[in-house]
Amino acid sequence: MVKIIFTGPEGKSYEVDAEEGMTLMEAALKNMVPGIEADCGGACACATCHVYVAPEWQAKMPSLANRSEMEEDMLDFAFDVRENSRLSCQVKITADMDGMTVFIPEQQG
Amino acid sequence: MPAPIETEALIIGAGPAGLFAVFQLGMAGARCHVADVLEHAGGQCVELYPGKPIFDIPAHPRITGQELVARLVEQAAPFEPVYHFGESADALERLDDGRFAVRMASGKVFHARVVVIAAGGGAIQPKKPPLRGIEAFEGVSVFYAVKDKEAFRGRDVMIAGGGDSALDWAIELAPIARGLTLIHRREEFRAAPETVRRMRALVAAGKMDFRLGQMRELIGESGALRAVKAAHGGETFEIPADRLLLFFGLTNKLGPIAKWGMEMEGGRIVVNTENFETSLPGVFAIGDVCVYPGKLKLILSGFHEAALMAQKAIGHVQPERHHAFVHSTSSDILAEKLKG
Repeated sequence: MVKIIFTGPEGKSYEVDAEEGMTLMEAALKNMVPGIEADCGGACACATCHVYVAPEWQAKMPSLANRSEMEEDMLDFAFDVRENSRLSCQVKITADMDGMTVFIPEQQG
Repeated sequence: MPAPIETEALIIGAGPAGLFAVFQLGMAGARCHVADVLEHAGGQCVELYPGKPIFDIPAHPRITGQELVARLVEQAAPFEPVYHFGESADALERLDDGRFAVRMASGKVFHARVVVIAAGGGAIQPKKPPLRGIEAFEGVSVFYAVKDKEAFRGRDVMIAGGGDSALDWAIELAPIARGLTLIHRREEFRAAPETVRRMRALVAAGKMDFRLGQMRELIGESGALRAVKAAHGGETFEIPADRLLLFFGLTNKLGPIAKWGMEMEGGRIVVNTENFETSLPGVFAIGDVCVYPGKLKLILSGFHEAALMAQKAIGHVQPERHHAFVHSTSSDILAEKLKG
């Protein structure tokens, strides 16, 4: 199990036990983390599972900043996109993400 | 208040499933009214991917969403459906005589013996950016579509977005606006390469501006926009604008329908797969909006669901008549309709 912490815009945190190979979006939905809507069900077609990766994790794992062209296009439909923005359906959980925090934006697309 | 509109069947949603339901109910002998939040038939097919070829419609190796919808409208036409566009369903109530009263957000009311929900993923609406107080500006100086180009003549126009709609309108409005600024969060655009080239040429010629950034705040009073505050890479700036056009794509939400009292699962309506009736007898759900074990969100599933729905629904519409299934090749009703 990999521990992921989702922190909402109001500061409330949800600690979830995720399995390796799952996406961040799946881990959030499975644990009913509010603020991850995932309208399209993980097809990278809606931008409603937008998250910000904690900057210290981004620094530790530079691959977390790798957004595909498709993801980049979909992020045009998200709001307040930052350098550490990701669509959580496009981030596969690996063992070395244990303890990682991701922040949920104020509003999904 | 206007009198309620009387109909045998009310179909909510004019996408492929709703349009084919008109045909199937018509074949069974029922008249339909069809309501849709958009201004035209087609739903997602036309609104989200009109030109994209679809490859899994039986007997059509390749057909675009637009063509498919045109043919479904043509197929339904002999049964004289009455379309009500720009209408979103709000409330459902059962009347004493067993019929349903369905109220639209506009206030329009339908009285129907059966209600067929073919609402897909829900009402398609533009995405709204989370800018404080935006509601006050909407429809006054902030818009999600261009209904009349003239409303932008001589104005300081700002357009936000990076797809075809944003760039097409930037190119179209730049010559008539007093000033036009396109704002987008990055240098890359999703629009067609030729459109991007034309936009960049206008910028190079000084006919419009392009700013990298994301909007932070709308500045103005009582709906009248004066400027937009935006930011990029830590720098904050203000752009004067009295008209703002937003193109952040579309979203759909089932909205009030989800609260009509039907059994739901994961935001979709649970149906009996024998007849696509919901947990409310007389209310049916077909297409992407319904859910059952093994459900596939395919257009062809919606067609199948419409056919089975009609067999059961006709019994509610005309309970006194005996209904036997008839093939289209030997249908008197259809032959009669197509004669005219």
